[in-house]
Parts: sequence; structure tokens; C-alpha cells
Amino acid sequence: MSSKIYITGMGMISAIGNNVAESLASLENSNSGIGTLENIRSRHKAIIPVGEIKASNEELTAMAGLLPEQQSTRTALLGLIAVQEALKTAGITDIKEFRTGIISSTSVGGMGTTENHWYEYLDKEKTGPWLKYIEAHECGDSTEFIADKIGIKDYLSTISTACSSSANAIMFGARLIKHGILDRVVVGGTDSMTRFTINGFMALMILDKEKCKPFDSDRQGLNLGEGAGFFVIESEKSAKGKEILAELSGYGNSNDAFHQTASSPDGAGAYLAMEKAFKVSGLKPTDIDYINAHGTGTSINDLSEGTAIDKLFSKNVPNISSTKAFTGHTLAACAAIEGIFSVLAIKHNMIFPNLNYVNPMTELSFKPTTTLEKGKKINHVLSNSFGFGGNTSALIFSRHQ
Amino acid sequence: MDALIDQLKGEIIEQLNLEDLKKEDIDNEAPLFGEGLGLDSIDALELIVLLEKNYGIKVANPADGKKIFQSIRTMAEFIEANKK
Amino acid sequence: MEAYIKGIGIVSPQNTFDTPDFLTELVEHNSKTLRCIEPSYKEFLNPILSRRMARIIKMSIAASSVCFKDAKIDMPDAIMTGTALGCLEDTEKFLVAIIENDEQFLTPTSFIQSTHNTVSAQIALQLKCMNYNFTYVHKGFSFESAVLDGLMTLAEGDAKNVLVGGHDEISEKYYRVCDRIGYWKKEEQVLTMDLINMESDGSIAGEGASFFVFSNEKTENCYAVLCGIKTIYKPESNAEIETKINELLHTKGLTTNDIDLVVYGINGDARFDKTYNNLKEGIFKNSTATYFKHLCGEYQTSASFALWMAANIIKRQTVPNAVLIGENKSKVIKNVLIYNTFLNTDHSVFLLSQC
Repeated sequence: MSSKIYITGMGMISAIGNNVAESLASLENSNSGIGTLENIRSRHKAIIPVGEIKASNEELTAMAGLLPEQQSTRTALLGLIAVQEALKTAGITDIKEFRTGIISSTSVGGMGTTENHWYEYLDKEKTGPWLKYIEAHECGDSTEFIADKIGIKDYLSTISTACSSSANAIMFGARLIKHGILDRVVVGGTDSMTRFTINGFMALMILDKEKCKPFDSDRQGLNLGEGAGFFVIESEKSAKGKEILAELSGYGNSNDAFHQTASSPDGAGAYLAMEKAFKVSGLKPTDIDYINAHGTGTSINDLSEGTAIDKLFSKNVPNISSTKAFTGHTLAACAAIEGIFSVLAIKHNMIFPNLNYVNPMTELSFKPTTTLEKGKKINHVLSNSFGFGGNTSALIFSRHQ
Repeated sequence: MDALIDQLKGEIIEQLNLEDLKKEDIDNEAPLFGEGLGLDSIDALELIVLLEKNYGIKVANPADGKKIFQSIRTMAEFIEANKK
Repeated sequence: MEAYIKGIGIVSPQNTFDTPDFLTELVEHNSKTLRCIEPSYKEFLNPILSRRMARIIKMSIAASSVCFKDAKIDMPDAIMTGTALGCLEDTEKFLVAIIENDEQFLTPTSFIQSTHNTVSAQIALQLKCMNYNFTYVHKGFSFESAVLDGLMTLAEGDAKNVLVGGHDEISEKYYRVCDRIGYWKKEEQVLTMDLINMESDGSIAGEGASFFVFSNEKTENCYAVLCGIKTIYKPESNAEIETKINELLHTKGLTTNDIDLVVYGINGDARFDKTYNNLKEGIFKNSTATYFKHLCGEYQTSASFALWMAANIIKRQTVPNAVLIGENKSKVIKNVLIYNTFLNTDHSVFLLSQC
């Protein structure tokens, strides 16, 4: 059994780039991916800015090296592209060399296709190539699509706990390694933009009509995004002799048990999740050099999260920023994408800016970092992700010693 | 105003699935949220849609709901004042 | 890794809810969709809370409440559930509302509840349970992942009692949609109790909400020990299936001869039942054979019904006639194996033993 969890590969795609290198360049140059919705039809197009990947499903299919007839849902395609990059950076050529699994996560699954064809699905008289997407509606289908393309067979699962999903996928994968069930696991999440989520968040009245402003006292809500992020995490055995990008040193999940969608004002669940992550890692809050916050830009999240951070860090909060103003809120994928940003922060000793921030929140002791900071040694990064249903998760990434 | 209040009660019972309640169970002045009917923030969003759909009144900021939905009477008064 | 099954609560298409009866009074469904026999929710939910809840949420809360009562615990140290489709009816409701109203006048309730982790979240919310809370959504591995997580969590030592659940609901529309890709039988009328003898393609639809308290403490009332679980993705041969089964048995020092009874996921689908028949007539030819999908229908988390059934067979040392295939060959039922597959893609094996 491995006591340590090594990160050897990572891959991502989002509104700020089709891979890790492009994403890093956008982060360094404060290039936000938030803009106008183009790829899907919605009457809210002109009203709400989004973090959209500017590629059609056909283009994504080609990007993933698939034939046109192999096209799948946008969720599955984004996931595959990120997984391919993660395997490449991990230098994995023979997937069968070790016991390898995949733990993916998604909140929309194949909804992006279902919402276009629902009435055709129900009409026996109609038929078309879209029939193959009926089964793809299920969240697990995107995971099986990815697994089949890269040849993973030993263990597959999919998690859906709303916006903390991929943090939980990473956590479950790490525990499978620690229990000696697998040697290495592809972990992360994928979610595509859908009318379903756009309208859901519209109905909740938590979408900002401008670019989102996490931790600003004048914040008006979040911007939706889409994307996928995946890590390859490995045991000591399989990682031997490989370049280690970072270690996953801590993780914790808890439940706020306060309200179906809203976080508690004191952030009790968030506090517990972070506390558990510290316990697993053996680190103290003073060891943390940077916090990549969940920071969605909604009134309730930022207050709840900020209050919990203030409490846990005794108001002595290290550099902190939310990168949601770059990518938008990528829902199930956000924890993995921000996990990648956390590893990049360690690798390049950088702190990425919290864009669009002007006015401090009087309730909180800290102000986020608003310009790119370089040079400070980053050894440990805390990354938070919270979801509907009170689901709160925290991950700690550490420099490999 | 009384007719509007009566109509509103029926609409609220339907929109919020308060099947066990009758119109006469809802006090015109009692608070809708918290102590009174025990409604929550999701109900407030449901009521905002009710105003838009049935009365053509748009409430852009959910925080405004607090004042509007204090009681059935304040809600009716708001509708009277803003109806097009 | 193992766990004592300390309590169970289950809402299913049979009379399984909070009853001492064990499949003697059967419910025959005159339909290709087996819907749950729903309990009265008044005891479990106050009307203000339940008014927005979809059927699957209410069934799950009722089932988990009974499960806690059965296990004599008030608060689980962790909650992990599996559901392939989440809250299907709410998902459809919001989807249809978007289309019909052209993205206008939408209220958030059904959107909120369409989130896959609504059930585990609502259970936590009712209990004010701030502990670990996971929801797995992987087709025929959804419940199986939750079970593995439950075993892992107990083995990690911080938890004593964990709530593990499987829940899925069928809707009239989703039945029709899946009918288009060959999930269900095409015959007008299907005698569900005769499912095992059918030779056509497709199965019958089902649903259920089953909850278990797994514990690392042995109690007097405990049902059985869950000794392990294995999932097999797209097995290429029977040999591969048999190897995986043997791997699982070997972890407990057992061989196929030690298995007294097997619960098969036979669903009357001519395309896939041969997987079960190979085991039944092969390595498990000496074990008592049972099946269950004529009682609860086919759905992604149906192994949770099988786990309820297996645990009860061990505890009561009786095999209901309704589930027997052939004769009861075992005097004492010590070790039970469940073998299930959803659409021959996701396969799972559970191993249970007497406490």
C-alpha cells in the first residue's frame, strides 16, 4: 500500500485554453475566458456572459483524434481530451502495465444532447443518428466512453456531488490507491455548457450579468463555464522513476447540512472539510502558502467560505484567490481544473490573480491577491470546492520533496 | 384588494405545493417566511416567478423579495402598485 | 475489508418496507414497469419539507429512517449512495419546462432536485449530519461504488456506522425512451413472475430505494457480514468472470464449493442471461440458485435489492419459494454470493457470510 499519492500527469481544457500550457499562459497574462455564448442556442445569450470553449463538438471530436462517426456528447469529448493530455504528461504508454482505474465526475452527463433531442427520443416515428445518445444521457456513460478509448478496464466509477464532484473523484481515487486496490488512477471531472444548467442557475437568480467578481462586496453572482480537468495519480510502486509534479497530501469531505442549495452563513461544512484535509496531510494552516478558493462570486458562497477560512486561519490568511473569473464556474470539473492551477502554482511559484475585484467585503479579514505574484516559494496549496446539497470538499497539494 | 388577496392565496397554495393548506388558514398579515408559513429562500424564488408569470411584474433582485413577501397583504399591495 | 450489515430499510415494488414478512405475500405487477409500493410518509417527513420532494427522495428518506431504526443508531458517520439517474422525474420536469416555456418563467425547485446528490444531501439535511457524503452515478456500478466506499471508510478506522444506499426511479417517459434502444421486452403482456422462462430480448423496468447500515461492530441483530465486492467492466470471457470471482473468494480463504447459495441478476433478457447460466450450470452447479428481478424489475442499482435479499436469507436461514430456481440444496446457508450485471457491461460480485 502506498502512503503517498503522487501526481504524475495532468490535462485540462476550458475557456482559457485547450491544454495546461495554454491555460497557464492565460493565467499569467490575466486573459479571462469569459465572453458571449456561441455554441448553444439560448434566449439568454445576450444577457449572461459565460466561460465557453470555442470549439464545436465536431471540432472537439477531431481534437480528440476520433473519426466523425465516433463523436460523443460534449461532456465525454471534453473529458477525453483532458485525459489524453494527462496520460501523455504522465508518460503512460502501456495502460495495462499497472492496475489502473478511472474515477470521473460530471453533473450534467449527456444532458447537452438530451435537451436537443428529448421530443425526438419520445417519438417512435422519428429516428436518426442521435439515438445513440439516449444511453449517453447517464453520467457514467461519459466515463465508459473515455475508458474504452484509452483502454482502462480495472476499475471505473463516476461521482456526482454537484460543484464539488471532481474533488471527490480525486479523493476516492487517492483512497483506492491507499487501500492497495489500484496502483494508479485517472481522476477528475468534466462538464459541458447546457441550456439545462444555464436556465437552472438563471432560475436560482445567481448568474452575474457582468463578469463575476469573487470576494468583492458588490459581487452579483457567478458565470457558468465548461471544461474538463484530469490528473494521473500514482502509488509509490507505479510512480517509481517518474517525474512527480506534486503530491496530493490532504483531502476532506463534509456536509454543511444547512440548506439544499445555500451555504450556511458561518461556513460550518467548509470549515470541517478543510479541517479534515489538514488532518490527513498532517499540515497546519500556517504551512499553506496559497489558497485557491471556491469563490464563485455569489453573495452566499463567498461569505460562507470566507468566514470559514477566517476561522480556520485565525484571520491570518495566506495569499488567496478565486480563478473562477478566468474559467467561469465549470461545475463538476472545477475542483480538478483548480487542482491543476494549484499544482502550477507550486511548480512555477506563482499566485494567480482574483480578477475583477475592487471592493473588500467588510465581513472578512482578508483581501484576495489581484495581480500575478511571482517568486514566493509555494510549497502547499489548499483548494476548496463546494456544491449543492451542502457538499463541501477541500484538497491540499504539496511540493514533492 | 380582497379579491386579489383571495386569488393570490390560491395561486400560492398551488405554486408552492401547500396542498394541506386552505385559503382560510393563511392569515393576511402573518409572515410568509420563517415563523408564519415556514417558507424559505427557494419559495421566494418561486413567488418571484409567480409575479412575473401571472402579473407581468419583474423582480430583478431576489433580495427585494424580503420586503415584498412579508405577508399576503404586502404582496397584494406590491401587485396593486406595480401592475401594468 | 468487511462490514456487518446492521440495519436495512427498503422501499421496492414488493411489500418490503418495515415489515417482518420476507417475500411470502408477493405483489404481482400487471405491467412491464414495476413501481414501488410507497409507504405513508407522514411519520418520516413533515409536510412543509416534503411538499417539494419527488417520489425518489421521499422513498429514500423513509427507507433510510427505517434502516437507522433497524440498526439502532441515530446518526451515521458517513453517507454514500449510488444512483444512475438521480432524481429522474425532477430532471424531466425541468427539461420539459425549459422546452415548453422557451426558457422563461422557470422556477428553481425541480432544477435543484435534479442534482444527482439530492437524496444523500436530503438525508444529511434531515439528520443534520455533517459527515462525509458521497454520491456515485456510474450506471451498473453506482451502488457497487457506494458499497466499496462504505467498506473502505470502515477500514480507515474513523467511522463505526456508515449508511450505504442505492436508489433509482423509473418514469413513464424514460421507460419509453429506453424502450427505443432495446431495454424492455416488446411483448404486449409480460407475466413478470414468469420472467425467468422468457426467451425474448429485453427485460422489465423496475426501481427501488434500499439503505443499509454497515458497521465494524458485531451486534446481536446483525444480518450478515459483507466480506467483499468486486466489479468487472466488460468481461471478455467467462474465464475472466470466473477468475475475478475466485480472486474475491480467495481473499476470504474460500472456494466455489463453499458457496451455499447464489443470487443471480437474471432478468429474462435472452441476450444476457447466458452469463448467469454459465455460472449456474458451471462453477456454482452445487449451490442453491436464486433470482430477484421478477420481483423488483431491472434497474441500474438493483443489486441493492439483491443485497437486502441475500442478507435476509442468511439471517433467517430461509429461502423464499418465490426466488428459488430449482431446489434448495443447502441445509445451512453460510456463504452467499450475488452476481449481477446491467446490460452485460457492468458486472458485480458481492460476497456475504453468516455473522
